[in-house]
Amino acid sequence: MRPSGVFDERYEDDIAIIRTKAHWGILVVGLVLLFLMPLVASNRLLNLVNHIGIAIVVCHGLSILTGFTGQISVGQAAFMAVGAYTSGILTAKAGLPFWATIPLAGLVSGLVGLVFGLPSLRVKGFYLALATLAAQFIIPWLINHVRVDITGGVFSLVVPAPKVGNIVLNTQFKMFYLIMPIALLMTFFARNLVRSGIGRAFIAIRDNDLAAEVMGINLFRYKLLSFFICSFFAGVGGALWGFWMRAINTDHFTLMESVWYLGMIIVGGMGSTVGAVFGTIFFRLLDEVAREFAPLFGAVFPGLGAGVALALSPIFFGLGILLFLILEPRGLAHRWEIFKSYYRLWPFSY
Amino acid sequence: MLRLIPQFLINGIMVGGIYALIALGLVMIYKSTRIFNFAVGDLIMVGGFIAWEFMNAGAPPLLAIILAIGVGAMIGLFIERFTLRPMIGQPVLAAIMVTLAISYLLKGITLLIWGGHPKIFPRFLPGKVIRMGTLFLSNELLWTFAATLLAFALLALFYKFSKVGLDMRATAEDHQLAQARGISVRRIFAISWAFAGMTAVVGGVFLGLKLSLNLPLADVGLKSFAAVIFGGLESIPGALLGGLAVGILEDLMGGLIDPSMKEITAYIVLLGVLVFRTEGLFGLKRIERI
Repeated sequence: MRPSGVFDERYEDDIAIIRTKAHWGILVVGLVLLFLMPLVASNRLLNLVNHIGIAIVVCHGLSILTGFTGQISVGQAAFMAVGAYTSGILTAKAGLPFWATIPLAGLVSGLVGLVFGLPSLRVKGFYLALATLAAQFIIPWLINHVRVDITGGVFSLVVPAPKVGNIVLNTQFKMFYLIMPIALLMTFFARNLVRSGIGRAFIAIRDNDLAAEVMGINLFRYKLLSFFICSFFAGVGGALWGFWMRAINTDHFTLMESVWYLGMIIVGGMGSTVGAVFGTIFFRLLDEVAREFAPLFGAVFPGLGAGVALALSPIFFGLGILLFLILEPRGLAHRWEIFKSYYRLWPFSY
Repeated sequence: MLRLIPQFLINGIMVGGIYALIALGLVMIYKSTRIFNFAVGDLIMVGGFIAWEFMNAGAPPLLAIILAIGVGAMIGLFIERFTLRPMIGQPVLAAIMVTLAISYLLKGITLLIWGGHPKIFPRFLPGKVIRMGTLFLSNELLWTFAATLLAFALLALFYKFSKVGLDMRATAEDHQLAQARGISVRRIFAISWAFAGMTAVVGGVFLGLKLSLNLPLADVGLKSFAAVIFGGLESIPGALLGGLAVGILEDLMGGLIDPSMKEITAYIVLLGVLVFRTEGLFGLKRIERI
């Protein structure tokens, strides 16, 4: 819903993401505030924000694959692991500069994604979910058992802190300026991809892949392309994760993580770029709340044992997804649309 | 190495029995509701814990298991009523995600109630390890296998002769047609989930006897997915065959190639079946129309 007086006079107006001067103003002020935030934020908050930034990159990939192309993947964390190990090995063992390894991590991860995307040509729905489930277990196993001398196996692979000139990015504050620009860039890319010809092909496949094929969309090419892009995002996210944690272990890339990412795009709203961002922020905050509340919860119910801290996070996650799927299946993005049309039309909403 | 093969085969068959039992729960739900239950492993874990809790409270093992089966049925009914019924008519991903969410919810609740330390079942099954020449046969696994066969036989009879079983098969065939014949599809869904809860308790007890009761128990449920896909999603004999096949392959791969191969054999089988024969051994091939 547009506010009155905003019309499309040219084609450029029609396809613009940012339409009005007020929009531009909010965007610029928002970006400036975002990049000034680390100056005042505490280390803990920055840690959370960096984590969100990485998760946003990964979620955009999954959102393109699952939300836009309709191919369910429960293996996103495994592809992230591929990216993390690629960039980790290239910087730690081969001595490449870190900025070069991030796109390489994306590429390698994308190629692995292509391999596991092959079953998508034969199967779909939850059969495909099972194929990616297999990937989720096979990839970490391969990392832990093949060429352990390079990957470090069950012991973590230690990654040196990335360096720009003489500045070593070894604090949350400095990492913020690496992670956030990449997260913004990937968001921009994801937002534009889904409204290009490729994105429309993806949406056609999601809505009905047989009909899409009849329309002349090459399923083979576009499904695999979707898998490639999804894994590319995961690989970039994984590389960032590696530089952020500086020690990579397959324990960080479990099925649970993959399901978290899936949960994020569902709660955010399937088939919506802004939804992926919302969902990520929502679940990261929820996780933080679960951690905050655990001691309190343990104090109120002392009989519950020591597992409270570990237990609250999956409980909140499960309940969050269940409530959203039952009460608001279209996710936070839909709520956001409702809110937008409300304030644009206020006070005359008719 | 090669003379150990008979031992691997026996172990494989016995472990496969457990997979088959879990697979049975999956197939039962899939047949009537078309929902693939990703939470099956967690249901089993919770079932095992409940049985353990009853035994810990002093109930004799058999009574404890029967009580736990009752609780398991109630959990199944609860899950169906509050989470899956609103999902009727929703896309596939929603149903998958609901079962995944239940899976994490159950994990969290288990941690909350029973903590992270493994619990060990008292050894209540009669008999001891059987030795045949160089072969060893664990009595517990033998009991498990017998229970699996019994469950399959009972279920086969149930589907063939009982009114509810026939209704369930009709529902599996076509929801609308079943409703037109006066079958309450909702009731069938509820019964299916109650059954799944019951088999989960049985599976949990036997699995808990083999491993200790702890969170990783739930991952065994994931492995049984391979069994289900191998046998074909709609087929009950397929679940038995698939379970045994995965169990045997897993033990052979683990024994002959590398012990750590055991962890991923099931997933390799899963991937192979999906790529080369999606519908599995006895599953139905679906023809799609626009």
